[in-house]
Amino acid sequence: MLGEGIVRGLAETARNFFGSFAEKERLTTVQFPEERRVPFEAARNFPFLVYDGDGKESGLRCVACLICEKECPPRCIHIDKSKDKKPDFVGKAQFYPAAFTIDVSVCMSCQICVEVCPFEAIKMDTAFELSTDDRFAGLLWGKDRLAKSNEHYHAIHPTEAAEVDERRGQEKAAAEAKAKPAAQPAEAR
Amino acid sequence: MISSLKEMPREAGETGGMAGSGAGSQLLEVAMGPHHPSTHGVFRMDVQLEGERVVRLKPVFGYLHRNHEQIAEKTSYLGSMPYTDRLDYLCSMSNNWAYALTVEKLTGLQPPERAEYIRVIMAELTRVQNHAGLIGFLLQDMGASGTPLMYAFREREKILDLFEWVSGARMMCNYMRFGGVRVDLPEGWVEGALAFVERAPRFLDEYEGLLRNSEIVMARTQGVGLLPAELAVNAGVTGPMLRASGVNYDLRKVDRYGVYDRFSFRVPLGEKGDVYDRYMMRLLEMRESVSILAQALRDLPGGPILDPKSKLRGLRPKAGEVYGRIEAPKGELGFYLISDGSTNPYRYRVRPPSLINLTVLEDMCLDRSVADVVVILGSVDIVLGEVDR
Repeated sequence: MLGEGIVRGLAETARNFFGSFAEKERLTTVQFPEERRVPFEAARNFPFLVYDGDGKESGLRCVACLICEKECPPRCIHIDKSKDKKPDFVGKAQFYPAAFTIDVSVCMSCQICVEVCPFEAIKMDTAFELSTDDRFAGLLWGKDRLAKSNEHYHAIHPTEAAEVDERRGQEKAAAEAKAKPAAQPAEAR
Repeated sequence: MISSLKEMPREAGETGGMAGSGAGSQLLEVAMGPHHPSTHGVFRMDVQLEGERVVRLKPVFGYLHRNHEQIAEKTSYLGSMPYTDRLDYLCSMSNNWAYALTVEKLTGLQPPERAEYIRVIMAELTRVQNHAGLIGFLLQDMGASGTPLMYAFREREKILDLFEWVSGARMMCNYMRFGGVRVDLPEGWVEGALAFVERAPRFLDEYEGLLRNSEIVMARTQGVGLLPAELAVNAGVTGPMLRASGVNYDLRKVDRYGVYDRFSFRVPLGEKGDVYDRYMMRLLEMRESVSILAQALRDLPGGPILDPKSKLRGLRPKAGEVYGRIEAPKGELGFYLISDGSTNPYRYRVRPPSLINLTVLEDMCLDRSVADVVVILGSVDIVLGEVDR
C-alpha cells in the first residue's frame, strides 16, 4: 500500500520521541552552562608549563632545551634560552626559559610537545572556556599565563601525574645516591 | 526552454550554444556552492542547465587547500601525524592508520598484536560513525530535515566519547604511532565499547526502519545517479561507491592488512549502482563493522602496544619509496612516500578516496534534474578536507 513505508518510519520517530523521556540512551545531551560533564582524564586542550613548589618562576621544570619548539608541527612555541644556569630538582645546573611563548591561535592541541619533552615540563590543560576579545596579545600566552602548579596537574590528570611524580622521585633518589659516594671520600680525607 | 531567457542579451564568452530542442533555447549556468548546505563543505559545481536538465557539470574545488603535502615534506615524519587527522576530519583514526602503515612499510617497524587489534577497533568505530553521519546528511539533502541526522549524531556522540576517553580528543585524535598506538586503552574502555556494540544493532534496526521503505526515498533514489561497474573501475572509484556498482573489491579482503584476516565478515554488494544501492551499502556495512567490533573486542590480546624499536624523534628511514593503503570508510586511502634518508620525506602524496570518487560526478548527473544532483553528490560521500588537502 502506498504510504505504508512513511507510516512505519513515523512509528520509529514516535518511538524515539517518547523513548527520550524514559531512556537515558536516547537523550544524551546535557544543558551545558548549568550542567557540566566531567572531562575525561585524557582530555586535552592547550599546553601549560608545570612548576614544583610555590615558585611560579623558580620552580619551572622547563630547562629550555628547545625540543618542543623544534618538534611542534605548526611551530607555535617560541623559547628564549637564559644566559645563566640555575639548579634543577636533582641539583644539576640547567638553563631556564627567559621567555616561553605559545601562540594558542596557531596551536592545534596535538600533544606532540608533551610526548617529546624529556623533562615532564609541558603538559596538556583541559580548560576550554578561553574566549577573548583581544585576538593578538590575548592569544599569545607568556610564561606567567602558561605556568601552572603540579597540584593543578594532579587535579586534571591524576593517574598520569602520579606516574610522573614517581619517576621523578626515583631520578632524584638515584642522583642523591650517586652524589653520596662522591662526597664521602672527600669527608674522609 | 525558458521563454524569459530568450530575450536576455547574451554576454560575450558566456555559455554560448544552441543545445537542446528549440532553436532559441539557451543554457543557464548555475554555480551551486561554494556556500550551500547541500554541497557538504566549500565545494562548487558549475552546472549548465537546459531547463531543469543538466547538460554539463564541472566540479570546482580548492577552497579548503591547506598545502598539506608541502607542509609534510618540510616537517618530520611524526609531525605529519596530527595533520593527517585533518584530511578527512570525520575519520581521523583511519587516516592515522593509513599514514602509520605506510611509514611502517618504509621503516620495517612491526606493531604488536594488541596494537593491531586496537587499530581495527578504532577503524571500525570510525566506519560506523562515518556511515551513520553520511546517511543522515544524504537524507537531509532529500528533505528529511534533521531527524535522521540527529539520530546518527546521537550515536556518533557515543563513539566520539570512546575516542576522547582513549586519545584525549573527540575528532583530532592523533592516536596512532609508527609501530603501534600512543597510549593503552584506559580501564573500563573495553566494557564501554562492548556496551556500544551491544546496543548498536537496535540503533541500526531503527535507523534502517526509519526511511528504508519510505516511498519518497525510493522515488528519489532508485534509478538515480547510475554508475555502471565498468565506468567505476575505469575511473578508479573505490569504497562503498564501487561496491554499490557490484564490483567485489574491499581492501580488507584484498590486502588483508593488519589483522583483518582473523575476522569473519561479509562484503555487501549492490546491483545497479544507483543512489539507493549506495544508501543500502552503508547500512549493511555498518552491520558488518559492528560484527567485526564484537569479534575484535572479544579476542583483544594483552601485551605491549608499541614496537620497542619505535622512536618518537629523529626517525630516519632508509632511502626508498613506498605506497601504503587501507580501506577507509570512503574508499582506498593511500599514502605515497619517498624517503631520501633524512628526517623528513622527500615526497609525500595522499591518494584521497573522496577526490577520486568525485571524478565520476558529471557522468552520474548528466540528464538528471538539479534536485537529483544534490542527492547524487550526497551519495558520493565527500569531505572537502580530503578533496582539497
